[in-house]
Amino acid sequence: MAQVTAAVRWGLELAVELQGITKRYPGVVANDEVDLAVVPGEVHAVVGENGAGKSTLMKILYGMVHADQGTIRVNGQPKRFRSSKDAIAAGIGMVHQHFKLADNLTVLENVVLGSEPTKGLQLDFAGGATRIRSLASTYGLAIDPDTTVEQLSVGERQRVEILKVLYRGARIIILDEPTAVLVPQEVDDLFASLEDLKGEGVTVIFISHKLDEVLKVADHITVMRGGRTVGTVTPAETDGRRLAEMMIGAELPSPQTAESTVTDVVVISVRDLNVISADERSVCTDVSFDIHKGEIVGVAGVEGNGQGPLVDALLGISPHRVDGRIELVGERIDHWPARRRREAGVGLIPEDRQRQGLLLPSPLWENAALGHQTSEPFVSGLWINVKGSKARTRHLISDFGVKTPGTDVPATALSGGNQQKLVVGREILADPKVLIAAQPTRGIDVGAQATVWEKLKEVRKAGMAILLISADLEELIGLSDTLYVIFRGRFVARLDPATVTPEILGSHMTGASLGEAV
Amino acid sequence: MTAVATRLLPSRRTSRSVLYALSAVLVLAIVVAYTGADELTSRGTASAALRLAIPILMAGLGGLFAERAGVVNIGLEGMMIAGTWFGAWGSWQFGPWWGVALGVAGGAVFGLIHAVATVTFAVDHIVSGVAINILAGGAMRFLSSITYTPETGGSVVQSPGVTKMDTFNTPFVAGGNLFGWKSPDLLGWLEDRDWFFVSDGAGVLRGVTGEVSWLTLLAVALVPLSVFVLWRTAWGLRLRSCGEHPWAAESLGVPVLRMKYYGVLISGGLAGLGGAFIVLVQQGLYREASTAGRGFIGLGALIFGNWMPAGVLNGALLFGFGDSLRFRGAVTVRALLLTIGVGLVALAVWRWRRKRPRAAGVQGALALMVLLGYALLTEVPDQLITATPYLITLLVLAIATQSLRMPAADGARYRKGETG
Amino acid sequence: MKSRRWLVAVVAPLAAMVFSVGVASLALIAFDIDPLFAFKEMWTFGTSTESLINIANRSVPLYVAAMAVAVGFKMNLFNIGVEGQYLLAALFAAWAGALVALPAVLHVAFILLVAMVVGSGWAWIAGFLKVKRGIHEVISTIMLNFIGFSLSAYLFLNVFRGETEGLIVATGQIPKSGWMPSLNPVLGWFGVTPRRGSELQSFLIIAIALGIGYHLLVKRSRFGFDLRASGINPAAAQASGVDPKRMIIRTMMISGAIAGLVGMSVLLGFFHQYPQDFSRGYGFNGIAVALLGRNHAAGMVFAALLWGFLERSSLILDLRDVPSEIVTIIQGTVVLGVVVAYEVVSRLAERQTVRAAARAAAALESGGAQEAA
Repeated sequence: MAQVTAAVRWGLELAVELQGITKRYPGVVANDEVDLAVVPGEVHAVVGENGAGKSTLMKILYGMVHADQGTIRVNGQPKRFRSSKDAIAAGIGMVHQHFKLADNLTVLENVVLGSEPTKGLQLDFAGGATRIRSLASTYGLAIDPDTTVEQLSVGERQRVEILKVLYRGARIIILDEPTAVLVPQEVDDLFASLEDLKGEGVTVIFISHKLDEVLKVADHITVMRGGRTVGTVTPAETDGRRLAEMMIGAELPSPQTAESTVTDVVVISVRDLNVISADERSVCTDVSFDIHKGEIVGVAGVEGNGQGPLVDALLGISPHRVDGRIELVGERIDHWPARRRREAGVGLIPEDRQRQGLLLPSPLWENAALGHQTSEPFVSGLWINVKGSKARTRHLISDFGVKTPGTDVPATALSGGNQQKLVVGREILADPKVLIAAQPTRGIDVGAQATVWEKLKEVRKAGMAILLISADLEELIGLSDTLYVIFRGRFVARLDPATVTPEILGSHMTGASLGEAV
Repeated sequence: MTAVATRLLPSRRTSRSVLYALSAVLVLAIVVAYTGADELTSRGTASAALRLAIPILMAGLGGLFAERAGVVNIGLEGMMIAGTWFGAWGSWQFGPWWGVALGVAGGAVFGLIHAVATVTFAVDHIVSGVAINILAGGAMRFLSSITYTPETGGSVVQSPGVTKMDTFNTPFVAGGNLFGWKSPDLLGWLEDRDWFFVSDGAGVLRGVTGEVSWLTLLAVALVPLSVFVLWRTAWGLRLRSCGEHPWAAESLGVPVLRMKYYGVLISGGLAGLGGAFIVLVQQGLYREASTAGRGFIGLGALIFGNWMPAGVLNGALLFGFGDSLRFRGAVTVRALLLTIGVGLVALAVWRWRRKRPRAAGVQGALALMVLLGYALLTEVPDQLITATPYLITLLVLAIATQSLRMPAADGARYRKGETG
Repeated sequence: MKSRRWLVAVVAPLAAMVFSVGVASLALIAFDIDPLFAFKEMWTFGTSTESLINIANRSVPLYVAAMAVAVGFKMNLFNIGVEGQYLLAALFAAWAGALVALPAVLHVAFILLVAMVVGSGWAWIAGFLKVKRGIHEVISTIMLNFIGFSLSAYLFLNVFRGETEGLIVATGQIPKSGWMPSLNPVLGWFGVTPRRGSELQSFLIIAIALGIGYHLLVKRSRFGFDLRASGINPAAAQASGVDPKRMIIRTMMISGAIAGLVGMSVLLGFFHQYPQDFSRGYGFNGIAVALLGRNHAAGMVFAALLWGFLERSSLILDLRDVPSEIVTIIQGTVVLGVVVAYEVVSRLAERQTVRAAARAAAALESGGAQEAA
């Protein structure tokens, strides 16, 4: 690669050099012969979609995961990391996407924990504070060591995480999706800090899927897709559209050209839905859409842009304040409790089946009743109808190809794919009026995926209204009749799956289309 | 120059506490003047309040160390029971200070069992605590049957009399001995003057400086010691981090499981100390059920004190004070009701001004109930007095929950290597 | 699969029993007493006819208390307040029962109803405090226990006191229509004739019915489904339509209602009034029985019988110069042992099941692939 030859010419060692990194998990190759070369003192971005392999690669670099094959060189020295401790000793620090900060402790306490400066028996608060302040000013990370983390904004907390690694002498910092949780102003502050870090010779590796930001701040951009590196470019050589193309692949799946089954009967209508958290942050803003009988409405978006809160609000289990209108077949249901909505015909395939969709220690037939435990055939009168439940479960198992020895097996014994087929099957067989399918084929094998898609198309034909929320573009393009894009809690685009191009879709999903003027 | 001067001045926190204490005495003085219940601020009441507060304080501090490390300890009552038994036995065999040492050890043993169950085997903390209480009660009964029953004055539920802790009077202030010379009793003299507010304050202070046992002093000293250890040492920071965010602590190399063990062991030891106190300062012998739920009231004091040692002390003193009124007359208790009622009214008004109408309404209603009780009850039933600490606990918890801040990962099942 | 489930359910309590007997033996040996002698004496005494009847009588309130606790445990609610709930309930029921005179069955039903309402109401307070103010039910139920003790003492001495007969202070006597008969005639049909004074309480039948009801409620009713789901996975339960706050209140009230019945066997079959020394301790022992019986209707029967056996057979020990408190060591150790053992066993079993099922599924897959090919 270009910068490698340049570095060698100048006699510089690469800060980080990964060669031929391969990591296999059962059923999937997370990293396939991945190469990465990072010049010292630069900001190097690694971009790709979810599942492209970037997180795994960084975990390997940070010693949290061991590669099956490949070599790691840090500052020219070959390294073997048995754990993160070795990586830290080599000067590598990682700032995780989900912060590990104790809210009730101060910044100082969080930063020095485990490496406390002491003066005799006591903790040397003054010394620690001085060191933190000097680090903060050197690297442009303004923070007061004596405030409790709880009082800090998300951007400031990130600064504390960065200080944590700098305090321990990191010269190579990995930032995992750092702007995922920041508002634009905080993003600018972060980028200013990155400049300061660069100025002091610190190398920054920046994992992201937000192409607009990456173009602004990175010196080099490595694109990954499907566990492989697609290429490394500089911002000068490229732009958002071409990057999106590299990320997603030049070809999008062609939508199935079957006859449209969309009627003009509106099953569910949502108007001006706003979800506002306790600290007055708007989690979902002005969401409006309709779903007709026989229609699949797809919602594309990178995970964490408000999909979860939207589903919670539609279902009636949101812990936040929800304003707006939701009408199901003409009736207003936005003030109904969750059970009533379920009984009225709102089905749910949750995005995290183990957390929201299954009772793992319970037998399959009880899991088949979950969500429908007040309706036929699962109940008769006040009692659970065991016979009816088991019969329905058998039907489910055979219809959806769930591989299991019987109906009494605990759900935990099923593989992920079969668990998902169980959940999908129970929701579809309950014949809801509208089915909310959130990431319905996440983490399951290709065969199970195909089954689910077939079933969804079948029930759509029979007149079910389906809300499909997904990060899988093949799925969205292949199934949706109408396609929205959600970004930061808003529906930012309404597209036609038949004519959308990867660049347009990608740029909406990553906010590039908005030009950061939110 | 100014830097030195500002360091000499009391910190804002201390001056605020002093202000609170003074205003409390003022309120009591007013109530005394109005109702004539001078027992309220007498040295007898204050002394009893302090004595009754210490076991609650020890249980509360014990709970604090455990919960700060992230382990809920419902078994404090059982550990305290072990403390009473071993405290009595130790003093009976070897002397009062041995009683203290063995009481602490006894409590710590049950603390170890709780730690093994919850930290190593990840048993639910509350279930383990309940089991410990059952086990401790049974084990102490068994030991009593073996050791005490053969003795005169002993039985399965009681030991023969044991040597209590020595007491002392603070010199000058409370007429203590100073190298054989009996010093003047200033506070006692002030108290007898019957001067408004001054005598009341003197009475309270005389109560806590006179006839004080050494163990009381030790116990109270544990409060600033806990503050120092937990907030000013590296070890204390690591312990607290285990209760706030064990996964963050683990990622930074803190041995979380080991720290939890330490916290629970200390917790048991402190509860044991509280039990030893009951025997060696209050009762003078081991008696079954002498803990009377103090282990649980201690948890109440912990919550009241917002998981801070000074707060636990305040809570313990409050509950001890309420407990001590059992031995005073009805006049005193009615006076207390009046105080509480007035206090609640003040609280309700404050909440109202803070734009919290619903909270103000609830507290106003409570205040009304209490004041009604004061007006109607010419004779306070004994049972109401025995129920006071428990009622106060519930009351405080019901009012204060919003601003209470327990350690964030308290009670969480932590397993090494998980991401949380 | 089902047989394995039974095995898992039984292994932990058995292991705990063995462990606790071992600990108790060590304790006896340490004090120079032959454990085998002690246990043999306990067995011989404990299996006499009178003892068996006594054990059955003792285990009934324990069983009911265990069910009250177990209902809460099923959704991780800890109702430690059974003790206070049942005492208050018995007091009110005794007083109310003495006030009226109804035909026999109705009278008994009335007394039971009063007891359930009082127990349920007292438990409701804890549920309310949890839902509205976030107070953890362990603290609130324990506080309410103590407040309940004081309240019942006050009411007993000042409001509900009946005419005192000599030295006995109690509420008024319940008329005969509110008495539950002895089952000894029934025993007579089987040729069992115990000595006078050893009466098998007929509340036993109600307790058995309650046990069946508990099992049906938890395992086969709609409420039970929601209850268990809330305990296993609150997030999934909520997504399936369960309202968490309503569940807490309902569960606490049901638990309290069952708790109210704990003292009924002794009230209706023995005391017929509430005296100062009304039986105590069922609440806390009930918690132990629930833990030992794993909140399972049948398991708790065995656990209650075991508890009753231990308590009864310990009486002989004092007469044989063995400290009868060794039984409390057994009881305490077995409770602790069973919670640890269960944690260990269930984790091992889960790992086994997952592995076995993975193998089975793989076999199915390869079999299917062969078919396809």
